[in-house]
Amino acid sequence: MNQISNAIYEIHHMDTIASRDQWVNQIHPLVKFVLTVTYIAMVVSFSKYDLIGLVGMMVYPIAGFILAELSFKDSLKRLRIVIPLVCLIGIVNPFFDRVPIQIGDITVNGGVISMFTLIFKGIFTVLAAYLLIATTTIEKICYALRLLHLPEIMITQFLLTYRYVTVLLEEVNRITQAYSLRAPNQKGIHYKVWGTLTGQVLLRSMDRANAVYESMLLRGYDGSFSYMGKDIGITVPDVIYMIFWLAVFIIFRRYPVFLIVGSLF
Amino acid sequence: MHMADALIAPAVGGAMYVCSAAAAGYSIKKVREENDPKKIPVMGIMGAFVFATQMMNFTIPGTGSSGHLCGGMLLSALLGPYAGFLTMIGVLLIQCLLFADGGILALGCNIWNMAFYGCFIGALLIWKPIMKNGITKGKIILASILGCVITLQFGAFSVTVETMLSGVTELPFAAFVAAMQPIHLAIGAVEGIITAAVLCFVHEARPELLYCNEQAEGEGRFTFKNTVIVLSAIALLIGGVLSCTPLVSGNPDGLEWSIEKITGSTELDAAAGIHDTFASIQDATALLPDYAFKGSESVLGTSFSGILGGLLVVALCIGACYAFKFFKKKKS
Repeated sequence: MNQISNAIYEIHHMDTIASRDQWVNQIHPLVKFVLTVTYIAMVVSFSKYDLIGLVGMMVYPIAGFILAELSFKDSLKRLRIVIPLVCLIGIVNPFFDRVPIQIGDITVNGGVISMFTLIFKGIFTVLAAYLLIATTTIEKICYALRLLHLPEIMITQFLLTYRYVTVLLEEVNRITQAYSLRAPNQKGIHYKVWGTLTGQVLLRSMDRANAVYESMLLRGYDGSFSYMGKDIGITVPDVIYMIFWLAVFIIFRRYPVFLIVGSLF
Repeated sequence: MHMADALIAPAVGGAMYVCSAAAAGYSIKKVREENDPKKIPVMGIMGAFVFATQMMNFTIPGTGSSGHLCGGMLLSALLGPYAGFLTMIGVLLIQCLLFADGGILALGCNIWNMAFYGCFIGALLIWKPIMKNGITKGKIILASILGCVITLQFGAFSVTVETMLSGVTELPFAAFVAAMQPIHLAIGAVEGIITAAVLCFVHEARPELLYCNEQAEGEGRFTFKNTVIVLSAIALLIGGVLSCTPLVSGNPDGLEWSIEKITGSTELDAAAGIHDTFASIQDATALLPDYAFKGSESVLGTSFSGILGGLLVVALCIGACYAFKFFKKKKS
């Protein structure tokens, strides 16, 4: 599968799993959004040598994946962008930071600890974002953002972009496939047609935008966009879910729970 | 150039969110003032267009590699800086949420690094002054290449500063900059040529679609002279900030020699100072107070207890989740 087909599959796949009739999917989108942002902020706030404290934060993605019945294998694909990036940045740490750090009976180079801290931060933050998007549809995320008073204009534009991404990806896929069939043994698009090929897609997209606008007008578009149908209220289980996880985040951020539990035995 | 959440500290992420939100707020105000309801669907579809065409590979002649389109510059040349900026935010949000390309907390940084420079500097300080007396093919090529190169340089520099301020890497600032800037110079030049090719085609086929084409507004706020002044001011500001910060301490250059002469401190002292400064910034800005890593092992025992505790907590967590699911299913 090429990159474009992959992207189309990914969008459809995320749409499908986010729309499942599943317990975690039914939790209020604002609750899940706030929890995700809080979790990510807390994870990145750990100091670079605080590897043991940071590792404790794995409880949220682990519990979230089990409760939401998500596949860890699927989420690993999302790490393919982040892991090389953080590894590239973190790999230099052992060479520049040689501060000895004592972990129990072992003395470790500070750079090694900070490298692993960076990698774990990368993994946890990506998994938390995946947990959000895999249990909440884009429309519901937009609804949560609207509740946070994000301007209507941005939400509408974002939703339209999201809706048309697959349409245009399919169009670009058809065009590039047709081109590659006519230009065998060639990697990418020849420089002589850079302008014409992409320009044609652009002009067609502009015409499509006009057609979309006219059809929106015919359906009564007046500058505001209804994307949820009805308002969703925050229920008691939503509040309990939020308080529970916030408490867990605070405890794991404040205390080395793994060490405390381990010391009991 | 998309930054991941792991590469930033909450304070840096928050500060960049504020900066990007200010630019977005101003853009929304400007788009509303235009009062063109047709613009929203155009912005939506152009966002999808940029997203889709950024996946097209353009063969770079003479090399085995390929390049991509520069989204910020293309959007600002077609929609103008304000609508272009808002559209880029939508594109970055989709990349972040659906493809993990850039983090949620780092979104403010990514908007600033890619959308702000591409749209505001690219459109207002480069595209607009160059197209002041009418659009020609030569001017499009010049503006596109110049725009992509300059905005990418600004973006790459911002990535370096944000990463350094977050204190996640031990790489000296000078070495980081030396690694980032030349790569993005080459990328910017290639992206500029590809963007120019597309915009030249649009100029031939549908010139009315280009921003500034009916430049009879007589605003003239950003003349070439003003552009040079503003860019020089930015360069001076960045240079000034750089020279004032102790970040550039890796190499024994003239600046360091001067600092050493004044303060009498060595390279290592300077590096320790930076380290302490960043560590104190991170400690002060952490959402919750840090517990002492150093003291933890003396109070609670060896690393073994940590591993054992970790396994127990994770096992407990998994067990609790399955128990919760079991009772939930039983109830329903």
